[in-house]
Amino acid sequence: MRFAAFLGRRAVHSIFVLLGLSILIFIIARIMPGDPARMAVGARAPQWVVDNLREQMHLTEPLYMQYLYWLRDALRGDFGISLVTRRPVAADIKEFFPATLELALFAGIINGAGGIMLGAISAWQKDKWVDNVVRVISYLGVVTPSFVFAILFLLLFGMTLNWAPTMGRLSQEIARPATVTGLLTIDCLLARNPAAFFDSIWHLILPAVALALGGMSQEARITRSTMADNLSKDYIASARSLGIPGSVIMRSFLLKPSLIPTVSILGLDFAATLGNAFLVELIFVWPGMSRYGINAMLRKDLNAISAVILILGVVFILTNIAVDVIVARLDPRIQLGAGRSE
Amino acid sequence: MVSAKALVSAQRREDLQRSWYKFSRNRLSIVGLSTVLLVTFLAVFAPLVAPYPEHASAFVDFANASRSPCPTYPFGTDVVGRDIMSRIFFGFRFSLVMGVVVLSLVVPPGVILGLVAGYYQGTWLDTVIMRTTDIFLAVPPLVLALAICSVLTPNLFNAMIAVSLMWWPWYCRLVYGLASTLRSEFFVVSAELLGASKFHILFREILANCVSPIFTKISLDMGWVILIGASLSFVGLGAQPPTPDLGTMVADGSKYLPDQWWIAVFPALAIVLVVLGFNLLGDGLRDMLGAEEV
Repeated sequence: MRFAAFLGRRAVHSIFVLLGLSILIFIIARIMPGDPARMAVGARAPQWVVDNLREQMHLTEPLYMQYLYWLRDALRGDFGISLVTRRPVAADIKEFFPATLELALFAGIINGAGGIMLGAISAWQKDKWVDNVVRVISYLGVVTPSFVFAILFLLLFGMTLNWAPTMGRLSQEIARPATVTGLLTIDCLLARNPAAFFDSIWHLILPAVALALGGMSQEARITRSTMADNLSKDYIASARSLGIPGSVIMRSFLLKPSLIPTVSILGLDFAATLGNAFLVELIFVWPGMSRYGINAMLRKDLNAISAVILILGVVFILTNIAVDVIVARLDPRIQLGAGRSE
Repeated sequence: MVSAKALVSAQRREDLQRSWYKFSRNRLSIVGLSTVLLVTFLAVFAPLVAPYPEHASAFVDFANASRSPCPTYPFGTDVVGRDIMSRIFFGFRFSLVMGVVVLSLVVPPGVILGLVAGYYQGTWLDTVIMRTTDIFLAVPPLVLALAICSVLTPNLFNAMIAVSLMWWPWYCRLVYGLASTLRSEFFVVSAELLGASKFHILFREILANCVSPIFTKISLDMGWVILIGASLSFVGLGAQPPTPDLGTMVADGSKYLPDQWWIAVFPALAIVLVVLGFNLLGDGLRDMLGAEEV
């Protein structure tokens, strides 16, 4: 019951945040000098066409009415026509979003699993050489931007050593399986096509690792420090004195309580991952929503820009709700109602 | 008789020495400080220390184009024959200017809004201010900055504006957290009882006790702001060529991978160096000032 109330409160809060975000996006889209109708039809179209379109786009009405029309259309999933692809933005997003989601999820898994593992090893071997190596690596990982990782990987593993492909989601000679979920790896599994599955994983590796390393290092540092704190607590000493082997203490007593801060940060890091995907997709020619968004931005395609930002906002908010739920499950002390302090 | 003034100054000197001792005990903090000082030195005196200062902007020397690193050009030259090392030194200028301008635009409003929201916690002021930060934090900062840059004309100045618009909520949140705990401290309550003005309470009582975390965050954020600025120009929505911006240089160079790797790799490493320096410095300051909140 309390759980349902918590979810309800989070949902209401999220709706307000999304409404605010939509106003912000609308304002950004309207800062731009110039007439949106004129831009949609091009410079050489006759004036009456522009006037008709202005009428159609509700540009003659007051600003708040324009916003309400825009919001109504957005809620229906209608973001207008993209100036670049000349197709409905919604159709574009539907095509490109799964690729970004797949990349971000894959990066998130590497991020979480790798970070927790490195952090745990580091805490267990505290102040030994393994710990020092992990700490130096994770410091460098935090300060190196993901596009620098992407370029170094491209150069090293892609071009010089030829270990992994550096472009797109699938090799050309492999037939694309029927689109079911849009997540290529899952689609390949559904089509029972192991060759395509491994090929798509192979394509994911470099961009996903480049995207994950920053967050992973952050996760490793946080896991290490929480675990090191918990290691010196009395309950661990008493478990040790009972003769429980170290590996069991690690798995059963230490891991779960130490993961709480890590999971919270994992949610915040997801925002960084989605943001950095904008650069990494560009470098690895990944046909995702972020690359689509960048191209829209470079050509001032307002409909597409607005849709991309709004979708990212929704994804990010859903992630954070999920993180709150997981954290509450990990830590029975957290009162769900209290939420996270801000 | 020792005068009170001399005592105070002796005390101050001792405090300073103690702080320096705390800071310098961690060798990494010293590395960070040295890196920041080195980068600042190279940026300020770029026209004097760069081997080829004229290569900083539009300059063409096809005879020496695409030279790999050699004694004359330690980091090689780009496809039109400009010395990469000189351009990196000038690039530091734009990076540092970006960081300083953005943070000086962002810190005052962010801090004041956080202060007000925290002190008036639970009132409509708190709701309005903090819910507004929620909206700004609902999207990755890089993405909104990119969007704002794209609707304005892409250049260095607009990139600074865009990043500033995205950055104030972090300071607002930091100071909000501090102010909402400080407001129930005895010294604040007694100032209220004595009838001190709100201005005095907000700025002299509460803000004075938030200074260390704010400064720690500023030094950490210098690196992040520089990084986000480089990301904007990497995409082509920040500083435009021929400005020797590190992000632009990486983007240009990435077209010539893998054969002419030095064009992209050295500016990329320069970005890592700057961010690393400010991070180590910030961590050192945090340990010295005991500002765990950041």
